[in-house]
Amino acid sequence: LAHGGGGSAMRDLIDEVFIETFKGTKGAPEDQARFDLAALMAQGDRLAFTTDGFVVDPLFFPGGDIGKLAVCGTINDLAVGGARPVALSCAVIIEEGLALDTLRAVARSMAETAGAAGVPIVTGDTKVVARGACDKLFITTTGIGVVRTGVEVGIARARPGDVVLVNGQLGDHGAAILNARGDLALESDIASDCAALHGLIDRLIDAAPGVRMMRDATRGGVAAVLNELAAASGVGVRLRESDTPIRADVQGFCEILGLDPLYLANEGKIVAVVPPEQEGAALQALRAHPLGGGAAAIGRITDTRPGRVVMETRFGGERIVDMLVGDQLPRIC
Amino acid sequence: MPSEEIIVRGIVQGVGFRPFVWRLAQRLGLDGEVSNRGDAVVIVASGPPPVLDAFAAALAAEAPPLARVESIERRAAPSFAGSGFIIAASAPGTVSVGIVADIATCPACRAEIADPAARRHRYAFTNCTDCGPRFSIVEGLPYDRAATTMRGFSLCAACRAEYADPADRRFHAQPIACPECGPRLWLEAGGEVIDGDPVEAAALRLRAGKILAIKGIGGFHIACDATSEASVAELRARKHRPTKPLAVMLRDPAMVEAFCVAGDAEIAALTHPSAPILLLRLRPESALAAAVAPGQNRLGVMLPYTPLHHQLMETVGRPLVMTSANRSGEPQIFRDEAARAGLAEIVDGLLTHDRPIARRLDDSVVQFAAGRPQVMRRGRGLAPAPRDLPAGFAPAPPVLALGGALKSAICLTIGGKALLSHHLGDLDEPATQDAFEQAIADYTVLFDHRPAAIAVDTHPDYPPSRFGAALAEARGLPLIAVQHHHAHIAAVMAERGWPLEGGPVIGIALDGLGFGEDGTIWGAEILLCDYRDSRRLARLRPIPLAGGDAANREPWRVLLAHLDVALGPEAVPDALFAGLPVATLRAMIARGLNAPLASSTGRLFDAMAALLGLAPPRLSFEGEAAMALQAVAEMAGDVPPYPFGRAPVGNLMEIDPAPMWRAACADLAAGCSLDSIARRFHAGVAESFADLALSLAAAQGARAIALSGGVCQNALLLEMLVARLEPSGRSLLLPGEVPANDGGLALGQAAVAAARLGVAPRGGR
Ligand SMILES: [Fe+3]
Ligand SMILES: [Mg+2]
Ligand SMILES: [Zn+2]
Ligand SMILES: [Zn+2]
Repeated sequence: LAHGGGGSAMRDLIDEVFIETFKGTKGAPEDQARFDLAALMAQGDRLAFTTDGFVVDPLFFPGGDIGKLAVCGTINDLAVGGARPVALSCAVIIEEGLALDTLRAVARSMAETAGAAGVPIVTGDTKVVARGACDKLFITTTGIGVVRTGVEVGIARARPGDVVLVNGQLGDHGAAILNARGDLALESDIASDCAALHGLIDRLIDAAPGVRMMRDATRGGVAAVLNELAAASGVGVRLRESDTPIRADVQGFCEILGLDPLYLANEGKIVAVVPPEQEGAALQALRAHPLGGGAAAIGRITDTRPGRVVMETRFGGERIVDMLVGDQLPRIC
Repeated sequence: MPSEEIIVRGIVQGVGFRPFVWRLAQRLGLDGEVSNRGDAVVIVASGPPPVLDAFAAALAAEAPPLARVESIERRAAPSFAGSGFIIAASAPGTVSVGIVADIATCPACRAEIADPAARRHRYAFTNCTDCGPRFSIVEGLPYDRAATTMRGFSLCAACRAEYADPADRRFHAQPIACPECGPRLWLEAGGEVIDGDPVEAAALRLRAGKILAIKGIGGFHIACDATSEASVAELRARKHRPTKPLAVMLRDPAMVEAFCVAGDAEIAALTHPSAPILLLRLRPESALAAAVAPGQNRLGVMLPYTPLHHQLMETVGRPLVMTSANRSGEPQIFRDEAARAGLAEIVDGLLTHDRPIARRLDDSVVQFAAGRPQVMRRGRGLAPAPRDLPAGFAPAPPVLALGGALKSAICLTIGGKALLSHHLGDLDEPATQDAFEQAIADYTVLFDHRPAAIAVDTHPDYPPSRFGAALAEARGLPLIAVQHHHAHIAAVMAERGWPLEGGPVIGIALDGLGFGEDGTIWGAEILLCDYRDSRRLARLRPIPLAGGDAANREPWRVLLAHLDVALGPEAVPDALFAGLPVATLRAMIARGLNAPLASSTGRLFDAMAALLGLAPPRLSFEGEAAMALQAVAEMAGDVPPYPFGRAPVGNLMEIDPAPMWRAACADLAAGCSLDSIARRFHAGVAESFADLALSLAAAQGARAIALSGGVCQNALLLEMLVARLEPSGRSLLLPGEVPANDGGLALGQAAVAAARLGVAPRGGR
């Protein structure tokens, strides 16, 4: 793709890629999508609205690509707020020189993911910028959804005694991206867990309507979510290493790289905090869903050490799972 | 008669100072009174002027051994109404730093517990004004029994009489006790108290190979027979401590000489009232179990320092392992409930007592390096010991410095003094972090410290840095971040009395890792420092630490990075890295994936240990590889140093280890002995840093060279450095009472912060 020169011809080409790909999800091309309020109000009592920018290197990786990530990420951001996603928009920034095939593949992936999720991409925009002004391809997606009546979730709502759940093995996405990026000479079939979680979350809310908090454990991993939760709720979090699901190959990968899987990004994992009496129902609902087979209760909310996340190690010791300011900088002197 | 008020400041409380004043006044026939007033001892004395002069002179000249008189202020007072000389009750007042450390049992008390006719025969809590617990029982100031954990024991008539008799050795001895009225000792096992003499029963069990917890001064120890391989192996298995050396208690100096190489200076250090653990060369033929200090040529040794220890060692008659009682990595246990709960799976019984410990105090650790004592851990017996800040710091604002993440300690500046806390542990465990935060509260309350600024390391993720930032924000105080190695050098400058306006010194920081000013990790630096600023002049050529902290635990990672640079990847022998993910590591380094650059001396030593096969693939404790390397190097005779390169890089000088690696690899391939390679390496490091430091000192006109950082605990390296630096005639500032490791950081941070806050130079600006 070329920037400038070709001007509107090029724009048309790009639009064509997206419009063709999104055919069936998008109605007549207008500058905005329009929603019937009555239909939305039938589904809940509040609107949810979110946006996120996606940059990832490489664009394609085991288990996904930037397009799938952009669709799932925004769907998940809506869902963890207790909303049923209604529609997405997308804005695409393309670096001059990106192969049309690459763009086509990303667009197709977005369309497929959105189609499978049942959440249409209803409007969008594309821009081509000069070489070096962006790195290959940036995508921003925005979504609206309707929050189910009665659902009240928030980062400050955790109470001592509550149970911390995850819907499966942690760190797969971060490990897959590093592995795909690094040419690390490791034999591994680690793949990103990238997935749209709104269906799973819907089942979770049905089973555990008292759910206090849900977050998708993306950047900074489960460690970042739990530290934010501990600070905002004024509680402690006590994790059990032996109950925390991590694939053996991800664990091994992390040991070699000197990384802690709790800090690795996930794109198909949530952290949910539920009151103790709903733990069983919540776990059952998660495990019954295809994206929750590996669900586990990994720890508990405590009133000791407020603001702090502590992990009980396999050997009976304890370690602090801190929020990191820098990258995982070495500390030993 | 003229009267005077005389105010004596310094370490004058808890050291028998008031009875000393009383005896002096009796001798000179003066009337008056003496009292503690929080920050000082205050005397009102009435008598002829020449006698008052003699009295004041004797106050300084004849002060008790543990006292340190820093100033004597005299002023006229209204004439004294009473007659005779009395010791008045303590008055509350401003709190000072005048509190002393715990003191090992004195000869008089030892004679007393051994004497079958004495009231305190075999009494485990015997003490007097010259000895006994102090800081470990203090809960508040002024130092009176009511402000100690002894307050629950009311004195019997006999003790009360001794306490009140100025001529008695126990006159106003706050922890005074006897079998009638003082703390009790017992042995418990399986939740039951064992009948009979607890020391006899404990000794019997220890001799039979059992493992016991023993409550001491600053916490519990875990003890077993140090001559029994089986007992030591069992203790290691139960404690999950595979190889880290264990400290040993020996009965007396004669037993020390039977097991270790110890001269007069070493015996003097062991028998000092602080009774530290001293690192001594182990006699190879000694009967000690090899598992006590596997692979080490040094052993941590201490002598009994309480009446309980003395009796136990007499009865057992063999060396005992005496290691801090804790679960792996956690702080030493010092409360009974925690001991019962936390040690149940480790020990076969508890030898304990009902005198509470006010705060945890680990045993201090000392070694001799370059012929001088060097404190490696400041704990029981050494803390608290306020020290004067150097000239120019007198009006220093009150600073609270929080130190580093490992071997943590805090420092308070109070007036012209710095109070470096006891060792607070490695802050990688939540229990230690809790204890660290409690210690901050403990010290600031005990010493009534209201900081004007908080000083921390520049590393953003050190727990004390985070804690300090939160504290500064909550209290609206300035937060002063001090670069790690500037703090190391400032600590030794402050310890050695380098004046505030003494001009810059050359600092050689030989360290593990510290956060650098350029975002990379430092640890082998030559700095030009004053207290306010430091400028990096030279460094060891940085290498990538593939895996970050993992490279600290796995020396082969560092070796690979060094050899790739020095030899080129094709020439690196595969055999050194059999079964290790070398290709992945190289890819990480090539892609900059979790491979931060570091110029670390500590890691250089680790890498050399790995080259020589002296480091396991994964270390089980910090310093394991470096200690093994030093032990091997010490076996060699004199050898020439390996060459290191030296070249300017930008505006820095860089010491390049590549020539050394090439020579060492060639020697290894040629079958040279490991000890000679290890020694040539030590000598090369010493030569390259010392020579560059000397030329930089000449170029910069620096009058002094300061050495610090954890690697300066390598006694062989330090000796070699001193030998090369000393002939230059420049002042050499070496760490002594302030640890060269991160345990000394807080003092350096405090000095830098005080200087930056603007201690006005004499005459103002
Ligand atoms: Fe350091
Ligand atoms: Mg997001
Ligand atoms: Zn005594
Ligand atoms: Zn008594």
